[in-house]
Amino acid sequence: MNAALNSIARLGRMVLDGAQHAGSMALFAIELAWVLIPTWSRPRDILQQVYAAGVLSLVIILVAGGFVGLVLGLQGYNILSNFNASESLGVMVALSLVRELGPVVAALLFAGRAGSAITAEIALMKTTEQLAALEMMAVDPMRRVIGPRFWGAMIAVPLLAAMFSLVGIIGGYLIGVVVLGVDQASYWGQIREQMEAWDDVGGGAIKSVAFGAVIALISVYEGYRAEPTASGMARATTQTVVLSSLAVLGLDFVMTAFMFGA
Amino acid sequence: MSDARTTSMIELDAVHFARGEQVIFDGVDMCFGRGEVTAVLGPSGTGKTTLLRLIGGQVRPASGQVLVDGIEVSRARRKALYALRRRMGVLFQNGALFTDLTVGENVAFPLRAHSRLDEALVRRIVLFKLEAVGLRSARDKYPAELSGGMARRAALARAMALDPEIMLYDEPFAGQDPVSMGVLLRLIRRLNDALGLTSIVVTHDVKEAMSIADQVIVIAGGRVIGQGTPEAVRAQRAQEPALAQFLDGAADGPLNAAEDEAPLSADLGLGDRQ
Repeated sequence: MNAALNSIARLGRMVLDGAQHAGSMALFAIELAWVLIPTWSRPRDILQQVYAAGVLSLVIILVAGGFVGLVLGLQGYNILSNFNASESLGVMVALSLVRELGPVVAALLFAGRAGSAITAEIALMKTTEQLAALEMMAVDPMRRVIGPRFWGAMIAVPLLAAMFSLVGIIGGYLIGVVVLGVDQASYWGQIREQMEAWDDVGGGAIKSVAFGAVIALISVYEGYRAEPTASGMARATTQTVVLSSLAVLGLDFVMTAFMFGA
Repeated sequence: MSDARTTSMIELDAVHFARGEQVIFDGVDMCFGRGEVTAVLGPSGTGKTTLLRLIGGQVRPASGQVLVDGIEVSRARRKALYALRRRMGVLFQNGALFTDLTVGENVAFPLRAHSRLDEALVRRIVLFKLEAVGLRSARDKYPAELSGGMARRAALARAMALDPEIMLYDEPFAGQDPVSMGVLLRLIRRLNDALGLTSIVVTHDVKEAMSIADQVIVIAGGRVIGQGTPEAVRAQRAQEPALAQFLDGAADGPLNAAEDEAPLSADLGLGDRQ
């Protein structure tokens, strides 16, 4: 009896904690929204963050994109050749990447590579009183630290997703055309014919912009609200990766249902 | 009262501040004289850092008011608060230098943030500030390459970059070797007198603080237990056992009496056994 009550109480506490977390993140998002435009008065700060979050994630994104493309090419060829449709390999690889795998996998990798780093950096600045020092110098840390990092991540994710897809399509080409002998003209031709600029490329782009915003928000929020201790920082970085990954996957389902559901 | 307003730079009136259940300040009054070095002493965990945060407007009191040069920090709007903070320099406990900037860039940071001085002038001011703390040669080093004492002096140079009227020092002597402690002590005093600052030094190093302070305020248990010139505070110890214990560093006394109220046997679960 007592154990049952306890587990109900624990469930209740989890729900309350979750609601509180969501609420405080929403309030933080509103506070952040106020500084997003003013942050552009220092474009160099933003560029620096695009570099730190984006350019430095390029290696992992390009390598992963290449491998995903190779695997897609292999699997796609095996399945399509059952139906004598292996000349459609190009469009299969391209659509899978542009609609889904590019935005989603790039976002997941980004959360692990750069989101966690953003959280750790901000949390460490908080722990070592650097944020408090900014405040006492009459410099708003939201504008100077949080805003540029948010923009950096937000801008980097769609660009990385595009590069992921591009490299993936080239990977599919290598395995399909060069190794397995699919006709080169139909690989590219089918892509050109069947891929819609707005529905497919545009849809993927909208997704990756949304993923970028979500990861950026979670990363800066978790860092800013981290408990200023070693274990607090560890928890914050873990939380960023876990929450971002779940948010990206959940959001992807919702957006896919709206875009391609009918 | 009007007299006090002209001579004191910072005032706390009946300030009440609590963190959750724990009461940090229970209606305290304090005055910090213009142009003076005031040491705020007290055992660890008595809210000395909180006091600085109240003065800087980073936290607000539950009731009472905090006045800095006649401006009510406790109710100031953001713009007024930021304008006021530009007149304050804070030396944080561990320096709080920006770790991705060199020492010189750290000192230049507030200048670049709040002025449009050209680079040559910024460089010159930075050199002057670093010279004042004896770190001119370390301008291209990163904070991680500095010793604790150097980092604190570099942070001091940064805190002074905008020529503040008020300097707040949070535990400036903690973890310093005797030499760098002596250097810091002399710097705090000399800067205060040379630049006509109002300084507040929060610390638990009794002897060091007493040696440079014009005024001393001792806080413990959420209230002020001693106030006045160093000599006057020393003379008050007869009336206040807690003050005497703190100044003498005695192991037993009223300050830690509450620590173990319940008998050990109760915590061991032996309470009801006779």
